[in-house]
Amino acid sequence: MSIEARLPPPQYALRLKRVLGGKAGWNGIILQILFVAALAWFGYEIVANVRTNLAAQRITSGFGFLNNTAGFDVNQTLISYSGSDSYTRVLIVGILNTLLVSVIGIVLATILGLMIALGRLSPNGLLSRVAGTYVELIRNLPLLFQITFWYLAVLAALPGPRQSISVASTFYLNNRGFIVPRPVEEPGLMPFLIALGVAIVACIGLRYYARRELFVRGHAMRIWPYVLGLLIGLPVMSMLVFGAPVVFEVPVLKGFNFAGGSRIIPEFVALTLALSMYTASFIAEVVRGGILSVHKGQMEAGLSLGLSRGTVLRLIVVPQALRVILPPLTNQYLNLTKNSSLAVAIGYPDLVSVFAGTTMSQTGQAIEIIGITMGVYLALSLITSAIMSFYSWRLGKRLGA
Amino acid sequence: MKRVTLALTLALAPVLASVGAQAETLKTVKDRGMVACGVSQGLPGFSSPDDKGNWTGLDVDVCRAIAAAIFNDPTKVKFVPLSAKDRFTALQSGEIDVLSRNTTWTLSRDTSLGANFAGVTYYDGQGFMVKKALKVNSALELNSASVCVQTGTTTEQNLADYFKANKMKYEVIAFAGQDETIKAYESGRCDVFTTDVSGLYAERLKLANPADHVVLPEVISKEPLGPMVRHGDDQWFDIVKWTLFGLVTAEELGVTQANVDEMAKSDKPEFKRAFGTDGNLGEQLGLTKDWFSRIVKAVGNYGEMYDRNVGAGSKLQIARGLNQLWNKGGLQYAPPIR
Repeated sequence: MSIEARLPPPQYALRLKRVLGGKAGWNGIILQILFVAALAWFGYEIVANVRTNLAAQRITSGFGFLNNTAGFDVNQTLISYSGSDSYTRVLIVGILNTLLVSVIGIVLATILGLMIALGRLSPNGLLSRVAGTYVELIRNLPLLFQITFWYLAVLAALPGPRQSISVASTFYLNNRGFIVPRPVEEPGLMPFLIALGVAIVACIGLRYYARRELFVRGHAMRIWPYVLGLLIGLPVMSMLVFGAPVVFEVPVLKGFNFAGGSRIIPEFVALTLALSMYTASFIAEVVRGGILSVHKGQMEAGLSLGLSRGTVLRLIVVPQALRVILPPLTNQYLNLTKNSSLAVAIGYPDLVSVFAGTTMSQTGQAIEIIGITMGVYLALSLITSAIMSFYSWRLGKRLGA
Repeated sequence: MKRVTLALTLALAPVLASVGAQAETLKTVKDRGMVACGVSQGLPGFSSPDDKGNWTGLDVDVCRAIAAAIFNDPTKVKFVPLSAKDRFTALQSGEIDVLSRNTTWTLSRDTSLGANFAGVTYYDGQGFMVKKALKVNSALELNSASVCVQTGTTTEQNLADYFKANKMKYEVIAFAGQDETIKAYESGRCDVFTTDVSGLYAERLKLANPADHVVLPEVISKEPLGPMVRHGDDQWFDIVKWTLFGLVTAEELGVTQANVDEMAKSDKPEFKRAFGTDGNLGEQLGLTKDWFSRIVKAVGNYGEMYDRNVGAGSKLQIARGLNQLWNKGGLQYAPPIR
């Protein structure tokens, strides 16, 4: 039982740190070079092996297929697309459809999540219980199950096109989707947009002026009546002078389905609903945690300065809470985007469905297609995370941190 | 993301697997003691598991025949159910030895996938199914219809071609799995369900009320369905090819599961060659002399297989049509065993 025989553990840690390339000298650097070399060798082996194997099996490889004609159709495209376009176009169609569902999902999930968080924090017992139940129920059910639930149990139960539920013979709801009048451009559109632009610029100017008045002369102005007047008044005037900016093409039942009008497909609705409701339950908890993390003394201090509750929340509590909220919120946004690939289960034409699905089985070029798909998701995630980091950095600067 | 992960695993498999063993599929199969056979996830008549988990169908019988030719035991098959979009990757990566899954023989599949088609087990064509209540009598009346289709199939492209050629508009709703596709059709999400005609009859049986649905008369494409093997192993390619030819030849010679032992004693030269009582054709294939009788004993001849799975003896009741033997007005024709 000699205590002296054992070296104190910190020395081991220190030595390990040096070998692995902490601050200390040559050992670390050599190890790092070796590590990079090993990585490079491993990567080279993979690429070389794949190339030999594909050549041996006579499987076509390379990205030439992207210029070939796709030859299949897609039922929701944000850009013009037909079967005679190339696989590159299919890729873009898929990316746009994924983006659409992600962006709308993120906006809805944020709004819903915020409302639920506030509901759960509210002193109203009933409201807070309802919000609590929502969170516990939705976040504990698998997402794929929720997507199929909305698609098969709710939307598929709607009547067929000939028995559509209609509102004023203009809006129709059936199992083919939600059909609304489509705006068609008229000569009055340009003046209308200009009027709207002028109004917006004027409002920004007004706000700038009001802030200067407040800071320089200490005179608080009420600008919202003017803002409202500008935003409504100018476009209305343009409409009176130049005529309507758009006319609406009303959908009519013709043959199997409605002709004219725009249609929101049920696959999109089911996916967006499920994604945003599911993510909202997580966002609600993130927001609740963030708000609870701000010491209640902050609120009390603000109130004692004579500020209103709303102002204290807006200027003192929320900015501090946001610093806690933003990092996990970013994760939720990333999750939502990635989860949108479950679209394939219900036939929504997202990236995975049209590109990593259909295109892959038409061309059989799994390695290239999976590579591109991974690249796209990686890029989307990095962009989202960069935007959120930027916002977080600006917030930090404003708070002087 | 699950599907991506699966596809990725399949895609990376050729990287990790030693493809040097490619040329020795027969040895791999013998070492494993099983033929790994890719089949559909459930298409009555072609490959579907019954309530006891036994796979049956025309495509399944092809696998059993191959197993019988190698092991003299039709049960030595490992069935791997595959979706349309995963099937080729599974073959390329060596997860399966043969893909027997109602797959259409096309030029691009034959050339760019690193695979070979061993022959045609079923001559098919693409058709349409609609609800009787719609009162549609022809596919040419389908302008502006919504069409449900399974992704990753030639079906999707034929559909686009057909509607374009006839200047009709349509909305396509594409699902990854056949079950989801038929479910969407049944729930009314689309007016039309399209796949190969044999598939239409098979899927119709799954509907709540099959009599409410009608298959339209138009057949808009040629769909020769057959098994595929990996490129680069000619011996294995020959074994699969001649298993099919053996089945057709058996029907031609009138050899059935019941009379195979008796027929084996025949003195006729062509019988002697087939049964291996004269020459060593089976050994040339890398099998045994009695390979032909093994196959027929296990699954019967092509005609028996057809009747049992999709023809008169089955629920599908599909007439022989193009799949009749060449000397009876059909297209099924096997090169001579000699």
